[in-house]
Amino acid sequence: MSDTKTLTSATPRTTPAPAPVRSRRSGSRRLEELTKVLFVVPAALAIVALFGYPVVKNVVMGFQDYGLKTFFTGQAPFVGLSNYLAVVSDDVFSKAVVNTALFTLGSIVGQFVIGMLLALFFHRSFPLNGVLRALFLLPWLLPLIVGSAAWRAILEQDSGILNVTLENLGVISTPVPWLTSPQVALVAIILVNVWLGIPFNLTLLYSGLQDIPDELYEAGALDGATGWKAFWSITWPNLRAVVSVVLMLGVIYTLKVLDIILGLTQGGPANATQTIALQSYQRSFVEFKFGQGAALSNILIVISLVFAVIYLRANRRQVDE
Amino acid sequence: MSAVTSKKHARGPVRTAIAIVLLAVLLFPVYWMVNISLQPSGNALSGTFFPTHPSLAGYASAIHDQGHNLVTSLLIAAGTVVLTLVVAAPCAYALAQFRFRWISWALLVILISQMIPGIVIANALYTAYERLGLLDSIPGLIIANSANAIPFGILIMRSFMLGVPPSIVEAARVDGAGLLRAFLSIVVPISRNSMITVGLFAFLFAWSDFIFALTLTTKGQVVPVTLGIYQYLGAHIANWSAVMATAVLASIPAIILLVVAQRYIAAGATGGAVK
Repeated sequence: MSDTKTLTSATPRTTPAPAPVRSRRSGSRRLEELTKVLFVVPAALAIVALFGYPVVKNVVMGFQDYGLKTFFTGQAPFVGLSNYLAVVSDDVFSKAVVNTALFTLGSIVGQFVIGMLLALFFHRSFPLNGVLRALFLLPWLLPLIVGSAAWRAILEQDSGILNVTLENLGVISTPVPWLTSPQVALVAIILVNVWLGIPFNLTLLYSGLQDIPDELYEAGALDGATGWKAFWSITWPNLRAVVSVVLMLGVIYTLKVLDIILGLTQGGPANATQTIALQSYQRSFVEFKFGQGAALSNILIVISLVFAVIYLRANRRQVDE
Repeated sequence: MSAVTSKKHARGPVRTAIAIVLLAVLLFPVYWMVNISLQPSGNALSGTFFPTHPSLAGYASAIHDQGHNLVTSLLIAAGTVVLTLVVAAPCAYALAQFRFRWISWALLVILISQMIPGIVIANALYTAYERLGLLDSIPGLIIANSANAIPFGILIMRSFMLGVPPSIVEAARVDGAGLLRAFLSIVVPISRNSMITVGLFAFLFAWSDFIFALTLTTKGQVVPVTLGIYQYLGAHIANWSAVMATAVLASIPAIILLVVAQRYIAAGATGGAVK
């Protein structure tokens, strides 16, 4: 139906179709509808295979004794909730939950505050603004494992440049074991993740700032709103939708971080940097207990989904506005 | 008034200077990576701030150890670009221009699919690949990597294709072109910029991938360079300049992207997340 509408509206200049074509038309219309569906089929198959199947498979595996044996015998007996009980009752789990929360919170706060300050800074015009802002993207474009490697070199206890510099400045007397002490390892990986997340926050917040009309500031200035006052009364309220998108996406991305932790600490020392995502990886691919790994990744999906719902609502509100 | 503007002009270069300092701080790890990659002594992070006696020994051993892995990554990334564009472009066009009733549902599914943690996909794909014989294979990694790129690509290209006027496609249709031919001969050339954006990001996603490289290879036959770096990073690091040289080589696509295709990056960074 809608198809004919576009046809007629789009072809006012052409002569009406001759009569014989008409009889062929219903057949070709059906062919046309079929072709239209074919445009979507490859992507639909890809999404089913690469997202639908994995989610369903993880849910099912979460209830199965799916281990190394399964790959030889093909047997994966259903075991009810015992995978969930096994992973939740493990001491490492509560540590992983707390670490995931701290890692996410610390990363998001750091990335957001620094990204916001930089976005406000770049919002003013000065020479080379565009080029310099683009260069700020580099940490985000590098493979995460490359960033991790660079930071390993910097944070290395004995000869890493951070400790060497701090010692030379007299800030510390003995080298800080950044990645090998349970007390500071989590702080170190949060620092690295903040570094990686700044470009993303800067880019999105900057484009949000650009979308606020200048007239608002001009009108505000007449009412005496400048500087911080203008920020709280004009910038922040107008930026709220973008802020919620940035924060929610940040949370969703941070929850699933694996590369950085594997590259820097592998969850150690003494599980000080263990997270839910990392636990899932280790159960599946180190211990080959895929059922338990799936149980953990299902917990991760549920947590992500909560934030995804918040994100989608914020996003919709932004689109409506 | 003129006093205010001249004051503003005076502030400009100061801000530029501040921005350069901030940039230097943020990019220090990248500088340090390059510095160490050029240091002659292999095993210590000898801390001279500049490579006063630059040596390419690190690069020589990096290419010796990881050259093959760089080629593997290149093949995987190129394959991911092709697969992503072939699958995502027609779908993006359909979601932009055909009036299916379920379009808003489809978009919701695509948005949510971007949020599924990679480990979930890896868990399931491992068991499936094991049966299909796709473990330790380049095609297997291409398919897995397109999981990151296809939803992103659909969203980016769709938001561009919304602006393609239906009349020009219809004009070609009246001249007898089929839907597919009209798409290939008219929509694809018009949408070139959005397709370049998606292609560049698909390349970068696949090139940077580590989770699939780590989980979907087992025998060490297919080793993308990210996995190669990870193996270098194992417990004791014997040769820092080789590790950092590999890291520098693995950064080249990102740097090329930043220099050559800066405007496309901004489009990708904002379009994928907010629109």
